[in-house]
Amino acid sequence: MTAQLLFFYFGGMAVAGAVVAVFTPNLVYSALSLLMTFIHIAGIYILLNAEFIAAVQIIVYAGAILVTYVFVLMLFNPEQEKRYFHKQYKIGAFLGAVVLFLMVFAGFKTEILSKGGPFTVEYVEEIGHTRAIGNALFTDFIFPFEIASFILLVAMFGAIILAGRGIKKPKGPGGRVDLSSRRKAKEAIVGER
Amino acid sequence: MIPLEWYITLGFFLFSIGVIGVLIRRNIIMVLLSIELILNSANITFVAYSNFHQTITGQMMVFFILTMAAAEVALGLALVIALYRVKSTLNVDEINLLKW
Repeated sequence: MTAQLLFFYFGGMAVAGAVVAVFTPNLVYSALSLLMTFIHIAGIYILLNAEFIAAVQIIVYAGAILVTYVFVLMLFNPEQEKRYFHKQYKIGAFLGAVVLFLMVFAGFKTEILSKGGPFTVEYVEEIGHTRAIGNALFTDFIFPFEIASFILLVAMFGAIILAGRGIKKPKGPGGRVDLSSRRKAKEAIVGER
Repeated sequence: MIPLEWYITLGFFLFSIGVIGVLIRRNIIMVLLSIELILNSANITFVAYSNFHQTITGQMMVFFILTMAAAEVALGLALVIALYRVKSTLNVDEINLLKW
């Protein structure tokens, strides 16, 4: 009973955060309500006996990915748009509702057909969830693990090349930033005020 | 004991909200955030099935999805920055040129 109440709390807050994130016009509010969603999804993982995944969810999603988003949002300093939906938003909402209906319809017809593997709740509790994941990650999944590290490397290079393209190196001896031009720009801004 | 269908339904709700966000929002950063929501719903479904099948393969998949999500954020936001330099807009319905 307690578990079900906790499920309703975590699931309800996750869905509410997602709805607010999609429908609020302010982008910073969107990012912060998505943070609420991610943290409550970590609670769902704990209900599913996956403590390590829950910790990783909070560290990576709530800690790293959302901070990157908020950082980029601050970089752009977006003004509030009056029209923040597409013109075709009715079609989009309709398609989303159809997808939801079909998937819920299919989801209530699922059955567990397998006999069950070795990783029962008691076994995982005995050896510890982190250890179980680590054992599997470095034996059976070592090749995907290496590919994942390579994907991260490629993404890092790609991000640096894409975002850094078009930034001109400062002229002057030793590549030093020309302070006088920056001062001039600042004076121009102050003069406008 | 919480039945499997509840977890799956939660994942489906988050997925649909993410799909609606991708389809109706104009801001490209909001589209990327909705894609994160979709990936999270996939993670919930993976962990739920992994728990009910008593295997750990689904939780491994969550790791690789996390890796992919991190790479997607880095590349996507870099693309957004490069796009904003050229077009100085973030609305997806104003980004309509293949070449300029």
